[in-house]
Amino acid sequence: MATQLPELTAAARVRGLVKRFGDRTVLDGLDLEIGAGEFVALLGRSGSGKSTLLRALAGLEPISGGELEVPGTVAVAFQEPRLVPWKRVGANVTLGLDVPDPEAAAAAALEEVGLLGHRDAWPLTLSGGEAQRVSLARALVRRPSLLLLDEPFSALDALTRINVHRLVLDLWERHRPGVLLVTHDVDEALLLADRVLVLESGRIAHQTAVELDRPRQRDHAELIRLRSVLLERLGVAP
Amino acid sequence: MSPLTPSQSLSNGLNGRTNLLSASSIELARPVGRRGRIALRPPRDALLRVASPLALLLIWQLAGSTGVLPERLLAAPSTIAATAYDLFRDGVLTEALGVSLRRAAFGFTLGALVGIGFALVAGLSRLGEYAVDPPMQMLRALPLFGLIPLFILWFGIGETPKIALVAFGVAFPLYLNTYAGIRGVDAKLAELGQVLRLSRPALIRHIVLPGALPQTLVGLRQSLGVAWLALIVAEQINADAGLGFMINDAREFLRTDVVVVGLVTYALLGLLTDAIVRLLERRALAWRRNFLS
Ligand SMILES: Nc1ncnc2c1ncn2[C@@H]1O[C@H](COP(=O)(O)OP(=O)(O)OP(=O)(O)O)[C@@H](O)[C@H]1O
Ligand SMILES: [Mg+2]
Repeated sequence: MATQLPELTAAARVRGLVKRFGDRTVLDGLDLEIGAGEFVALLGRSGSGKSTLLRALAGLEPISGGELEVPGTVAVAFQEPRLVPWKRVGANVTLGLDVPDPEAAAAAALEEVGLLGHRDAWPLTLSGGEAQRVSLARALVRRPSLLLLDEPFSALDALTRINVHRLVLDLWERHRPGVLLVTHDVDEALLLADRVLVLESGRIAHQTAVELDRPRQRDHAELIRLRSVLLERLGVAP
Repeated sequence: MSPLTPSQSLSNGLNGRTNLLSASSIELARPVGRRGRIALRPPRDALLRVASPLALLLIWQLAGSTGVLPERLLAAPSTIAATAYDLFRDGVLTEALGVSLRRAAFGFTLGALVGIGFALVAGLSRLGEYAVDPPMQMLRALPLFGLIPLFILWFGIGETPKIALVAFGVAFPLYLNTYAGIRGVDAKLAELGQVLRLSRPALIRHIVLPGALPQTLVGLRQSLGVAWLALIVAEQINADAGLGFMINDAREFLRTDVVVVGLVTYALLGLLTDAIVRLLERRALAWRRNFLS
């Protein structure tokens, strides 16, 4: 790992990806490259194939054609936290993790998401936001080079969501995985990502770089401008 | 036996799409609702609840001592209590209990091993499913007690047919529930296992088996009910020892007091094993209990 120059390796490379369900083509020759440490957000209408792309990158969906290259470790946080209910929070974080000291790894990861005190709690006793943070800790403890997030914040209330956004940026800046964040929320995409993509007709139909320092203000003039561009691309009159 | 087997659809489990969490919250509602209601009941209410059984006992006792209820039909509670004490003191009850318990334990262990073993084979591999599930589904349709004549022909009238009957009765509820439990494990968690790169043994150990456990415990409870029933029936038919023999022997001499002592002993055994299962559930399913309290 030390001999590799992270700048030269992409976190993920997708060329001409085709995915069909029966005779319905959901992804149709899609190209995408996510740079090492790059934060990419993916927008698209419901049913446009965002989750399908993410699942393909996670190795959960066999592809019908094209190439898919993910050189490093992948970690996923799903929309629902998917904690294993019969394992305590700490054991959930380190499930399947092959490190010399899982206990310490769990403690460090939970510390980072502010939940060290819940290490011995049962998942079903956690609030939605806490469970989602555990899910993030479980993903990050694997030191992924590609972190896939499928609307992980959509079920959270507005206040919790703001906090988790901050947390995600914080964790991203510290660990620098490449990130693909699927979201419905244009603001969320603009606040977090380096690059915002729009998926349409099975391909990346549009992309916008967001070159603003973080933390970003929602009412920044450039963000307002980008928002209306993106909403238009998504077929919503701004 | 068929009314005691679980009614959940297996095809539901087969395509692996059952949502575990929603399923378990339904499961949960039952026992906790029951326990909760009892716990919340004020003491005066509890007193009122024992009033009617006590009154019945009193009427029974009066009917017995005044001779309205002749002893050859049903002995009075006081007589029964005295007989229970005598039987216990003379070691008759303890010996009969020991014999019956041994049959139940052997039969149960054998049935549980077969039931859970087959469920693992059928639940964890397609080939195993094809090999094991169709015959099991066919056999479960057989009426348990209808098998007695065959068992007598095959195994004679010693201990073997009794143990076999208990084992047969125990195996099916455990098989059906464990199998359904394995197949019903949340597909989303299986997917998580894939994302976390769990090996197949690790997936089975951390996701599949613990996920199936609640359903297996349901099967355990059902199978214990069947076990006692099968034992009681088997012991009625031909026995020269055990609780059933004690009851049958007493019938010959019109000793209704001894019959009732035997029945109460069976009932206590049933309650005891139920309490053990509840304890097991409380320990093994702590992750659910905490959610509720
Ligand atoms: N396993 C499957 N079998 C058949 N069709 C599927 C399957 N999974 C997804 N699809 C179809 O593929 C299309 C894309 O689904 P996908 O879940 O990727 O959409 P999405 O962009 O994530 O939508 P949303 O924003 O609503 O989550 C949908 O039309 C869906 O019906
Ligand atoms: Mg989706």
